[in-house]
Amino acid sequence: MNETRSPLQSFVIYAGALLILVWSGGPFIWQFSTSFQLDKMLTSGSPSLIPHPFTLEHYYNAFVEKQLHRYVWNSLVVSLATTFLCLFVGSLAAFALSRLNIKGRFGILMVILSVSMFPQIALVGPLYLVATNLGLLDTYTALIITYLALGLPLVTWVLFGYFETLPREIDEAARMDGVSVPGLLWRIILPMSLPSLVTTGLLAFITAWNEFLFALAFTSNIDRQTIPVGIANFTNLYYVPWGDIAAASAVVTVPLILLVLFFQRHIIEGLTQGGVKE
Amino acid sequence: MTAAATVSSVRRPRRLGRALPGAFWGLILLTPAFVSLASVSFYPIVNGLNLSLTNTSLITQDQDFTGLSNYVQLWGDPQFWNAWWHTMWFTAASTVLETVIGLGMALILCEAFKGRGLVRAAMLVPWAMPTVVTSKMFGWLFDGQNGIINYLLLHAGLIDQNVNWYGSPDTAMITIIIADVWKTTPFMALLLLTGLQTVPISLIEAARMDGAKGWITFWHIRLPLLMPTLLIAGLFRALDAFRVFDLVYVLTGGGPADSTETLSTLSYKVLFSTLQFGYGSAVSTAMFITEGIIALVFVVYLVRQIRRAQ
Repeated sequence: MNETRSPLQSFVIYAGALLILVWSGGPFIWQFSTSFQLDKMLTSGSPSLIPHPFTLEHYYNAFVEKQLHRYVWNSLVVSLATTFLCLFVGSLAAFALSRLNIKGRFGILMVILSVSMFPQIALVGPLYLVATNLGLLDTYTALIITYLALGLPLVTWVLFGYFETLPREIDEAARMDGVSVPGLLWRIILPMSLPSLVTTGLLAFITAWNEFLFALAFTSNIDRQTIPVGIANFTNLYYVPWGDIAAASAVVTVPLILLVLFFQRHIIEGLTQGGVKE
Repeated sequence: MTAAATVSSVRRPRRLGRALPGAFWGLILLTPAFVSLASVSFYPIVNGLNLSLTNTSLITQDQDFTGLSNYVQLWGDPQFWNAWWHTMWFTAASTVLETVIGLGMALILCEAFKGRGLVRAAMLVPWAMPTVVTSKMFGWLFDGQNGIINYLLLHAGLIDQNVNWYGSPDTAMITIIIADVWKTTPFMALLLLTGLQTVPISLIEAARMDGAKGWITFWHIRLPLLMPTLLIAGLFRALDAFRVFDLVYVLTGGGPADSTETLSTLSYKVLFSTLQFGYGSAVSTAMFITEGIIALVFVVYLVRQIRRAQ
């Protein structure tokens, strides 16, 4: 179709593409640049994209004064545990729904998916009471248990979609070779699904890494608070430390962006298959 | 695959339906997922409904059944209706904007051009960023004094003086909608793009052969075929927008003068600032019901559309 394009059409397409690029990347680039600029330059009234003079002061403040690394550690613990649990529980469920003779499979799948649409604010009150009674406030456990349930619908759904694409002849062959049901999942289906496991794992990780509401409600001190809570509380007494916030934002977002860019093709495929094709 | 080949030469009679027996292993494999979802999603919803019929408060330590009195109070509570309208307005505005702009982006990405991979990759940045970070980032971009947006608009001559974006009741909600549209539109566009790519190219080329202009092929071929995708993506987006919490809580905290208070932020304050778990649960249950109605309306409309198409 390319050769039939008029100069005007080409112009519209390239202008549009440039607009999307600026839209998507612009704000974060400005945030990134802000993190290297002195406060007095930020308030000087003539902003510049190139930091001049260049400073690491905000990174120093974020780590030394605000102890950012402690939030990062908490987030890492919670998110990694959530990711592995989600993959484990999710692949069991997705395997059962895809491979076993279960009545009402699609009903079950729809229920699992609709759970992800429950307003989380309706869950947080009752769960807070449960956590209080069990002594789980200010623990990783409370966050991990909650995030498992938050990530599970999407993980199950996407893995189910992937398992469905694997040919059924494999099952039959394995069964006739005497492989048990768990053996089929563990030794045959999962090794064949590595790409999908990586992307669904990444989705579960992002869900946990970015979650704010439950972390805000369930944790009250820096020993257990995760990054979103930490950054939300990044304020000084008399002014908003935009530079420090920008530095913290860069620290927690850049690794995520690199991961996402690295796996982008799989992410888009995985999510769209889960979200729309059904 | 060698195993598959050897087995197929043996030729045993094929069992009907799925190859594996379901009952026993099915139960075992599904149990962890069921336990997780039942305890963290279903139980709280039911318990929340229960709490909403009591005067539970963590301050007074009351916990008595009070029937529907919380809901009666809710019905006459201007703060609740204020938040309800804000939430509806936010949901409608952001969903419509995100769908329309997302469709525009998807149409551009549908064309082949140099650097398309780069653009597609960049579009995942807003999606991957933690919402709290987005919120803080917009706080800086739209800062009333030193914000870059004010600077750019001022120098472009579009405004005469700095606008106090999220610091003033007139513009605070608009700022939040802009932030939400920024964060979710690119991902919406990627969803719609996969929908667009399933439209057979032969169909579009045939229409072009017949002399149809780009606009006509869009309106009569692409859009109708994209409709189911558009509606489903819109539904998920609307349900998600309806729950908005992080963005509002971090950027404005519901202020100034309650002008950005949404149902989620109101519930959170009633629950965790005043510790009235009974009344707070009534607010969140009312929210759950409203969300259910929105979903129902969408689904009914969707089913009708699909029926009509057949």
